[in-house]
Amino acid sequence: MAKKQLVETTINGEPVEFLCEPRQSLLESLRDILGLTGSKEGCLTGDCGACTVLVDDRPVCSCLMLGVEARGKKITTVEGLAEGTKLHPLQQKFLEDASLQCGICTPGFLMSAKSLLDRNPNPTEAEIRYALAGNLCRCTGYDKIVRAVMDAAKVIQAR
Amino acid sequence: MDTPQTHQFKVIGTRPVRHDGLDKVIGRAKYGADYSFPGMLYGKVLRSPYAHARIKSINAEKALRLPGVKAVVTHDDFAPQTTAPVYRMGGEAAVNPLYLASNILAKDKVLYAGQGVAAVAATSPHIAEEALGLIEVEYEPLPIVLDVLDAMKPGAPIINTTIRRKERPDEETNIAGEFQFKRGDIEAGFKSADIIVEREFRTEMVHQGYIEPPNALGIFSGDGHATVYTSTQGPFDVRIMSATLLGLPEGSVKVVPAEIGGGFGAKLTVHIEPVALLLSKHAGGRPVKMVMTRTEMMRGATGPTSGSVLRVRMGATRDGKIVAAKCWFAYEAGAFPGSPVWLGCFTGLSPYNIDNFLVDGYDVLVNKPKTSSYRAPGATNAAFAVECVVDELAQRCGMDPLDFRIKNASREGTPSVMGPKFPRIGCVEVCEALKRSAHYQTPLAQVPGKYRGRGVAIGFWINGGMQSSAIVNVHADGTASLVTGSVDIGGSRASTAMVVAEVLGLRAEDVRPAVADTDSIGYTDGTGGSRVAFATGLAAYQAANDVVRQLKERAAKIWEISPEDVDWIDGKAVSKRNGVAPLTLKDLAPRLTRTGGPVTGRANVYATGVGPSFAGCLVDLEIDPDTAKVQVLRCTVVQDVGKAIHPSYVEGQMQGGTVQGLGWALNEEYVYDEKGNLRNASFLDYRMPTCLDLPMIDPVMVEVANPGHPLGVRGVGEVSIVPPPAAVANAVSAAVGTRITDLPISPPRLYRILAARHG
Ligand code: FES
Ligand code: FES
Repeated sequence: MAKKQLVETTINGEPVEFLCEPRQSLLESLRDILGLTGSKEGCLTGDCGACTVLVDDRPVCSCLMLGVEARGKKITTVEGLAEGTKLHPLQQKFLEDASLQCGICTPGFLMSAKSLLDRNPNPTEAEIRYALAGNLCRCTGYDKIVRAVMDAAKVIQAR
Repeated sequence: MDTPQTHQFKVIGTRPVRHDGLDKVIGRAKYGADYSFPGMLYGKVLRSPYAHARIKSINAEKALRLPGVKAVVTHDDFAPQTTAPVYRMGGEAAVNPLYLASNILAKDKVLYAGQGVAAVAATSPHIAEEALGLIEVEYEPLPIVLDVLDAMKPGAPIINTTIRRKERPDEETNIAGEFQFKRGDIEAGFKSADIIVEREFRTEMVHQGYIEPPNALGIFSGDGHATVYTSTQGPFDVRIMSATLLGLPEGSVKVVPAEIGGGFGAKLTVHIEPVALLLSKHAGGRPVKMVMTRTEMMRGATGPTSGSVLRVRMGATRDGKIVAAKCWFAYEAGAFPGSPVWLGCFTGLSPYNIDNFLVDGYDVLVNKPKTSSYRAPGATNAAFAVECVVDELAQRCGMDPLDFRIKNASREGTPSVMGPKFPRIGCVEVCEALKRSAHYQTPLAQVPGKYRGRGVAIGFWINGGMQSSAIVNVHADGTASLVTGSVDIGGSRASTAMVVAEVLGLRAEDVRPAVADTDSIGYTDGTGGSRVAFATGLAAYQAANDVVRQLKERAAKIWEISPEDVDWIDGKAVSKRNGVAPLTLKDLAPRLTRTGGPVTGRANVYATGVGPSFAGCLVDLEIDPDTAKVQVLRCTVVQDVGKAIHPSYVEGQMQGGTVQGLGWALNEEYVYDEKGNLRNASFLDYRMPTCLDLPMIDPVMVEVANPGHPLGVRGVGEVSIVPPPAAVANAVSAAVGTRITDLPISPPRLYRILAARHG
């Protein structure tokens, strides 16, 4: 077993230091070392999107990135999406539109959708479906998820 | 008359934010894999590379020498098991504990690739993984059988040498169960038919595809008690099964249900819970956490549902009356008995009133994972075959497919396939709502260079009732809590709390719902069979009324009158004598202390009065002639929901089930090589629908009140998956002019059909 490495990074706006083995993924580091279990594990092969986090504002499957690669990066997880108790419009609309059933896919969808709306605050339905194609949901049939993203976009535009 | 359809509800039928929602959008909700304890170990399972082999030896010495490894266990570490059934699901469903234990960790023989053979606990998941590679297992490979028809032939490799058919007690067989339903005179029925359609259909194994891998955290205490944290649909099922496998009394195991990331029926049984406990026992009581990888859950028995061969012959008169039906269904059970073929036999013809039928079903062993329930288990396969034949019959009669179905539809009083007459059902209403829908009223436009087609199908599901418990506590601030034993897989905490709020005259958000562990609530059957909103909802309704009874007594005390002189109307205690202002729960709650102490309402129910469900699916699609890829253009799902408590979550069930059905129709299948290895054991290769593959799914709710429930509620969770494969097949058949008989209608398969037909 290789020696543990010290990783200095920024998570949800706070400077963070942690020790991890070189073979531990970012997802494992977040969940098992830092106790940030909001990012979910669905496949560990980059196919479901449940583990999506933002790395320097770009959506990344944290199961495909190593913990040590977080060095010097800016990581945002679902735990960092709300501002204190004020929910992000996406979170609010996911609740109002009943866009989650079991909710295991929700953190990943929220992060992918945030990345989309940050880049494109006025997406078409097709653009939303394209941006979320890397996230699997088995419960909802996606209808109410896509609608929540459209509704959140409206809130953001109205600001 | 005041019926659930005409009553003005205040809470039921509204769309409040679900109580558990906030934790789920901020990442705080705890699913099974999110739990950890100090000193926790990580467990992993070694799985068989062979589809059929004798285990000659298992040597774990090297693995145990790896630093960090704390325990290795095999089947023999379970308490000795027999085939004497253990009863779960309220004493109704029998489980064979020897099969259950052997499926989790193989005994003497492995029967499918991916079956567990040994398990390891170590200080990190990586060390546990490494240790698996150090366990030496010597196998002697045996001949395999993967195809359901091959497995039924004489001379096929035998998977379980103890199984016999009733009429052939001396012959080994892979046919583990046979079912038959019949009525009338099948010969005479076909003689009276003007049009007969007969076809053979085939479907492949599919997985439930829940996103959260099975997980368990087991803690074995020195005092003989054990605790399991797990994402399960059936905490009480996990309790009895784990206790049995470990040789513990049922009551000494506590199951703490975590949030669950989907199950669709597959998480009603145990996958690794008993292994986590066994490892904890062998590792000196240290907590052991196990989370399956996606590949091992696809290969192992964590699902899937049966592939099948389905033969259907149906006859109708020229004017469109179905006069005879003969079905022959063979379902893959996997390596252990127990496919849902009998449910296929029961449900397939149930939408129709047919005087003469004969349905035969076979439960067939093959060297593939043991199957588990999947949303309306067994019904989708059967409906696929029946609804394709019905579509063809309608066409040959020159009738609109929905008019044909309405003409033959089951109604109140029609005897079901099993015999008992249907109560009030909504089969006709579903067909009529489909006909009326904007979608059906708008013809599908053709475009040059593409094939386009429209298809329709309907489906039936029985739904479940059984046992549930509920407790309602009144708080001094005028709010209440609801405690049940029903794991919430898609919004049931909200719907059961809304029932309580309606009865007590509170707002939905004033009733906080909780799901309790198996020590803290009365026995409750699993979250399956579309039973929670119905049966646990009934328990919640009765518990709330138990609160009402007590609040009336308190009001009587305050008013110094007899409790008989107090009514509860629209959430208020009202004196039958004049002159006093009514008292709400909010008025009464702060006065409980001085009028006798706390108020708790309780109910334990065995819910009968189950209302069966019908759904219909209408789909338009387009086929690219060059790639044979099918694109769904428009999709409408209609369902009789009885009474929608929280319409958004009812719609969600309808949409989700429909999309699972579309995936089953178009892409999903287990692909095996000739050695019995699953070739597509990942989400990349097992292709479930993504949002890019789909249009919006339009839900149309029809409310035909279930007379067996005080609020008219029917289960809504399952039936929507039943019609889509047939609807898609009918649409593709219409588009390309050839009858589609095999699922999935994936590009390679459809390409061959197009090439054969159009060159
Ligand atoms: S867990 Fe990372 S993509 Fe599935
Ligand atoms: S809500 Fe269950 S997977 Fe999306």
